[in-house]
Amino acid sequence: MAVVHDILDLIGNTPLVDVSQLSPRRDVRILVKLEGLNPGGSVKDRIALAMVEQAEKDGLLEPGATLLEPSSGNTGIGLALVCRVKGYRLKVVLPANVSVERRQLLAVWGADIIESPGSEGSNGAVKMARQIASEHPEWVFLYQYANPANPRAHREGTGPEIWRDCPEVTHFVAGLGTSGTLLGVGSYLKEQNPAVQVWAVEPPAGEMVDGLRNLDDGYIPPIFTELGGAGLLDRKTVISPRQSIEWTRRLADVGVFAGISSGAAMAGAARCAETIGSGVVVVVAADGGWKYLSTGAWTDDIDDVTERAKTLIYF
Amino acid sequence: MPVEVRLPTVLRSAAGGNATVSTSGATIGEVLRNLVGAYPGMSGQVLTEDGSLHRFVNVYVNDDDVRYLQQLDTVVGEGDEVSILPAVAGG
Repeated sequence: MAVVHDILDLIGNTPLVDVSQLSPRRDVRILVKLEGLNPGGSVKDRIALAMVEQAEKDGLLEPGATLLEPSSGNTGIGLALVCRVKGYRLKVVLPANVSVERRQLLAVWGADIIESPGSEGSNGAVKMARQIASEHPEWVFLYQYANPANPRAHREGTGPEIWRDCPEVTHFVAGLGTSGTLLGVGSYLKEQNPAVQVWAVEPPAGEMVDGLRNLDDGYIPPIFTELGGAGLLDRKTVISPRQSIEWTRRLADVGVFAGISSGAAMAGAARCAETIGSGVVVVVAADGGWKYLSTGAWTDDIDDVTERAKTLIYF
Repeated sequence: MPVEVRLPTVLRSAAGGNATVSTSGATIGEVLRNLVGAYPGMSGQVLTEDGSLHRFVNVYVNDDDVRYLQQLDTVVGEGDEVSILPAVAGG
């Protein structure tokens, strides 16, 4: 490999690893895309770079500009990396109940953390960030949930990589957070082969988040609505914290050290495999396991870890 | 057919604080209409005035979101678990 002169050039082009030994069906292959190998440690490096570069093209970012973003962690960390390299400042609105490593990584790259109430989950971070953005028009608000550069990063990056490495893909499975990965990769793959099915996986976050006063505090990312997410997804399935931890451990059994949301996605891939009987499932492991070591996910009693995971935001 | 419905925190006060309630129905639409009938405090929160699913509500049968099955016509059978969750962001 040639010498790389800019760490940001290492974002993307992640490997697909065959983990079919974990498939519940002999005739279903499962391939996992290791997004934890991005330099900032997660799939969100892709959208962080894409959103910042688009803002630069649009002339929104003066040298030394300050950016503001709500994030449960990974987008904030990706933006912190990109901003550090490019000389911007970053303020991340982060729910209080994320793992300590997420905060530590934000500190590594010098981002300021503005804490939002943990009981309101990511919805609370979005709400607070929008309020702060309206009070500080001088800060650049990229807003991943409504920024077309988010799904475009996957449409132009993640999707073509999967098609290049595995054109035999029949099913694509990924976690639903901002919906950027599912929209971008899903639309690209369906254009290459309309038979490809797109499955979304989500945690029972609405159950764990108990600070919502009523259902109107719910949140659907604007990009999901604008890009026709409901018409694109073929299936959406919820994975419990316990199943997420179990599959995070199974991934480790075959040497894949991935985060808890990757365990959830893998559980979704296994559910997909059971349903379809034969095919090739590509699933996204959004980050590595490093940021969850403090949760004891691999080593502590599974009942204890599951209880802890119920109060933690890991998507 | 009797069906157990798991409620999110925000709806529990309308159901006497219960996390799970029993209702009946052969489809998700029937289950939700019976639920709102039994607990009027939920009206407007689960179904809209025109009878469709509230946009910020996700309803699952055995962990599958009914919007990607047959929506309100999704059939509910013996032993199926129905749960209601508010739409929440990640990222």
